[in-house]
Amino acid sequence: GAETFHNLQELRHSASLANKVFIQRDYSEGTTCKFQTKFPSELESRIERTLFEDTVKTLNNYYAEAEKIGGQSYLEGCLACATAYLIFLCMETRYEKVLKKIAKYIQEQNEKIYAPRGLLITDPIERGMRVVSFECHAAISPIHWSQKYKFKDV
Amino acid sequence: MSAVMITRKVRKWEKLPGKNTFCCDGRVMMARQKGVFYLTLFLIIGTCSLFFAFECPYLAVNLSPAIPVFAALLFLFVMAMLLRTSFSDPGVLPRALPEEATFIEMEIEAANGNVPAGQRPPPRIRNVQINNQIVKLKYCYTCKIFRPPRASHCSICDNCVDRFDHHCPWVGNCVGKRNYRYFYLFTLSLSLLTIYIFTFDIVHVVMRSVDSGFLNTLKETPGTVLEVLVCFFTLWSVVGLTGFHTYLISLNQTTNEDIKGSWSGKNRVQNPYSHKNIIKNCCEVLCGPAYPSVLDRRGLMQEDSPASETSPPSSSSMNSVPQTTHAMLCLQKTTAPLIPNEHTPDDVKPSIADSAEKTPSPKEEESPAPKLPPLASPETDAETSIIKDKAH
Repeated sequence: GAETFHNLQELRHSASLANKVFIQRDYSEGTTCKFQTKFPSELESRIERTLFEDTVKTLNNYYAEAEKIGGQSYLEGCLACATAYLIFLCMETRYEKVLKKIAKYIQEQNEKIYAPRGLLITDPIERGMRVVSFECHAAISPIHWSQKYKFKDV
Repeated sequence: MSAVMITRKVRKWEKLPGKNTFCCDGRVMMARQKGVFYLTLFLIIGTCSLFFAFECPYLAVNLSPAIPVFAALLFLFVMAMLLRTSFSDPGVLPRALPEEATFIEMEIEAANGNVPAGQRPPPRIRNVQINNQIVKLKYCYTCKIFRPPRASHCSICDNCVDRFDHHCPWVGNCVGKRNYRYFYLFTLSLSLLTIYIFTFDIVHVVMRSVDSGFLNTLKETPGTVLEVLVCFFTLWSVVGLTGFHTYLISLNQTTNEDIKGSWSGKNRVQNPYSHKNIIKNCCEVLCGPAYPSVLDRRGLMQEDSPASETSPPSSSSMNSVPQTTHAMLCLQKTTAPLIPNEHTPDDVKPSIADSAEKTPSPKEEESPAPKLPPLASPETDAETSIIKDKAH
């Protein structure tokens, strides 16, 4: 109700004041979507390096899968071209399917690993695929976290 | 007494910065000036209507009914590609939110160290290594981001666009990563359609002249004359353009990079994005994945706002700006004003057309391509006034 909403407003307000760390893109292999796995010093006290690296590497793998140029992407491209791309009005592209998987993965990671440590990952697609942002919060009760996620799902 | 807050569902497109117009509640995204786009539509639909009205009845009976059928299919494909190019998000990069912008500023300041008072700070450039080549990423003062490689800021639309090719007034939109292949297929299919109509116009006139004589034929089918005129002039420009873009695709280059000469010349970096294999390059550009839009146009803004009087920017201002005269001749390719000139888009707009003529012969009007006013960034001064002749 109104009270829940008021709490969420508070959370979002506090989120904007919270410390944010932005993991930038790694362009060493070209323009494909890949994020740097270098562990930022600001997160040293918050989370273990291996967990962080796992998360970023898994994200990178998802994006690599989405952008892979191979048999399946050719097929999708040729089929779409033959229908003057009208098929995209009803069919989801492979990239969109992977993006959904990524959203689910990030939510899972947040719930299981990051929220208990007072961190929050934002899906890169909300930042134009430029950065993965990690927000650091002071310890907040788990109930507020799950409320925040319910709002995000909507 | 408490104020009544009326929650109106505001979609994100209504609050997007930049000079785009949106239609159909955010589903359609175009540039502000659409006059030339309407001209394109008119020319294509008009010419094809004349073809179906004058040529097709005769040819269907005297040659083959497949001729109008194939023409119709080709016409539909051209229209689909045109609308797809014009209406889709070219790959606009959203501007940095305040926290991200601050974070980047802090990084820059940390990297620059202490600049003595009175001295200009060094230009904001980040060096990245891509495939063993050093590529410089420039900072965009408008969007407050370091532009990803191959991205460029379009001053007409006031957006950074990923893999920016050029801003095309004929389609009324930028051409970038997401809609380049539709643009290419549009020019390719339009070339085929133009050649097709032109050929069958000639065939039709010849066949009729055999029966009735040349002058009588022209009197009977006046539409043919118009079609031949339009097709003749279109052929040179569109076929040339298709050839040019085929060349670019085979080298995995963008028009923007070609104009600026980023990868040409001895002392320059070699194109790090090219696979050095024509087929691989073509496959990557044309058969690559369909990239999603990162601008969530139809998402709902997550805040309450009192019912605002601001009407959504979906109405277009159809003023024909001086740049449409350039558009009559050739494709407009804007080199994005690089640092630090991005704050004056309106001043530079009328003369910003970097009209690189790609066609060997002139169209209806004849006027020399103007030189681009020198931009503040010293390295682009020489390049922006180069007019390349890439006629194929």
